[in-house]
Amino acid sequence: MNMKTLAQRFVAVLGVVAMLGVAGMAFTPAAQAQQINPTAESVTEDALLQALQEGDKIEGRVSIPDDLSSGLIKPGNASWASTHTGTVRFLTIAAVVGAVVVLALFYMIRGRIMIDGKMSGIRILRFTAIERFAHWLMAGSFIVLALTGLNLVLGRTMILPWLGEGAFSTITVWGKVAHNYVGWAFMLGLILSFLVWVAHNIPNKVDAEWVAQGGGLFKKGVHPPAKKFNAGQKVIFWATTLGGAALSFTGFMMLFPVLAGTQADWQFYQLIHGIVAAGLSFVIIAHIYIGSIGMEGAFDAMGSGEVDLNWAKEHHSLWVEEVQGKADPADPPAKGTQPAE
Amino acid sequence: MARMKFLCDADRCIECNACVTACKNEHEVPWGINRRRVVTINDGLPGERSVSMACMHCTDAPCAAVCPVDCFYTTDDAVVLHSKDTCIGCGYCFYACPFGAPQYPKVGNFGTRGKMDKCTYCAGGPEADMTEAEYVKYGSNRLAEGKLPLCAEMCSTKSLLAGDGDIIAEIYKERVVTRGYGSGAWGWRTAYGDAITV
Repeated sequence: MNMKTLAQRFVAVLGVVAMLGVAGMAFTPAAQAQQINPTAESVTEDALLQALQEGDKIEGRVSIPDDLSSGLIKPGNASWASTHTGTVRFLTIAAVVGAVVVLALFYMIRGRIMIDGKMSGIRILRFTAIERFAHWLMAGSFIVLALTGLNLVLGRTMILPWLGEGAFSTITVWGKVAHNYVGWAFMLGLILSFLVWVAHNIPNKVDAEWVAQGGGLFKKGVHPPAKKFNAGQKVIFWATTLGGAALSFTGFMMLFPVLAGTQADWQFYQLIHGIVAAGLSFVIIAHIYIGSIGMEGAFDAMGSGEVDLNWAKEHHSLWVEEVQGKADPADPPAKGTQPAE
Repeated sequence: MARMKFLCDADRCIECNACVTACKNEHEVPWGINRRRVVTINDGLPGERSVSMACMHCTDAPCAAVCPVDCFYTTDDAVVLHSKDTCIGCGYCFYACPFGAPQYPKVGNFGTRGKMDKCTYCAGGPEADMTEAEYVKYGSNRLAEGKLPLCAEMCSTKSLLAGDGDIIAEIYKERVVTRGYGSGAWGWRTAYGDAITV
């Protein structure tokens, strides 16, 4: 054996030792990993629930091809349920019953608001066919939507015991279908009404005077001046426009849950929808009252479109001056109120 | 009468998904609907846990509270069931359920979900027990046959327990004490208002 082979062997042995050393070092962290106790580090439900943010859910991975099923526990869903059956149901009952009680009291105290100067027999055009179409498209669809919507919130306690499960289920299915489709007619009516009336509904100084006099609602013979729409009607216009827009948007999102986003988003839209609907129901019940049995001559405006001249002079004096001024500039409009016959 | 509950001992669940498959097969559940599913938390990390979840048959079930047509009812065994004849497919129960149990045969746009379907605790529906009509709508009625839900009965590691709440809670407590750890009775706090304390 010469020196060269000896050196080669020495290098080879050195190499093996070095390799073992490197391998040994590589094994050390692996041994440490073995010491991690998966049980001690296990996720616990308590910890996850405590760390959970409002409206969030405990979720993981599922092997079935349906991402929706990856949520495990979402306690927030139960709080939506209790808000819906608690607060929203209460507000709905309060709005409807409240409106009826307030109007019944008003009727008993004030009675029907009559035309002080009696009917003149002269009729002037108040709402054109387009205005009436917009109004009744919106009004008719709103009534369908309100009744079917109220049925979803209150029917279970108020109608179900009378009809029984089968019949109630049937009318509620049809109510749901009607609600889903008639909503589009409402949106169209809402847009039309907004377009034909927004110019007349900008608040101005006349409204302050009208409000100061209580609109003449509470005292016989008091008729604060008003243009085409008085302050009360402007309130109804804006409540309908803004409330209707909110209902349309949230309703659209509820119809297309995929667009609405997460469950929490849908729940938010649903609560807004319910609360706004309750509020608008209150406003509209009052509007229906004052437009029908509450005031003599008022229904004609949306019925035939033509109102009695004396009614118009009492309730919309400035508007009468405007239209009569336009129609017959030679004949100056009457100042103040017309004396009774 | 017993107060029936489910309890998934996640420290035993091996994510084999046999409960999911057994349920689908036993009840001929429609395509796309899974009455039971296995969710893995912290998948791939040390200490991951898999939980088999279905309808928990809650005390004061939120689905029943929000249903506009009151189609839910609770049996003497405290199993929460519903009538598919009365259901209008509005989807409210889907949004009320903390466990994602209610499902629908169709995609939900424009209110066309179809009748809701969920775990029946193998207890059928309002139709007469073990009839064809009941089977078609709700699946088999093992409870009426004196058997427990199939998912729990065939669980290979006995992770998923079904039966009277007090009894399965006792079994779970014993396990936790014996082995020295437990990740919790998943869903119990949300469904029944109290967790199992060991």
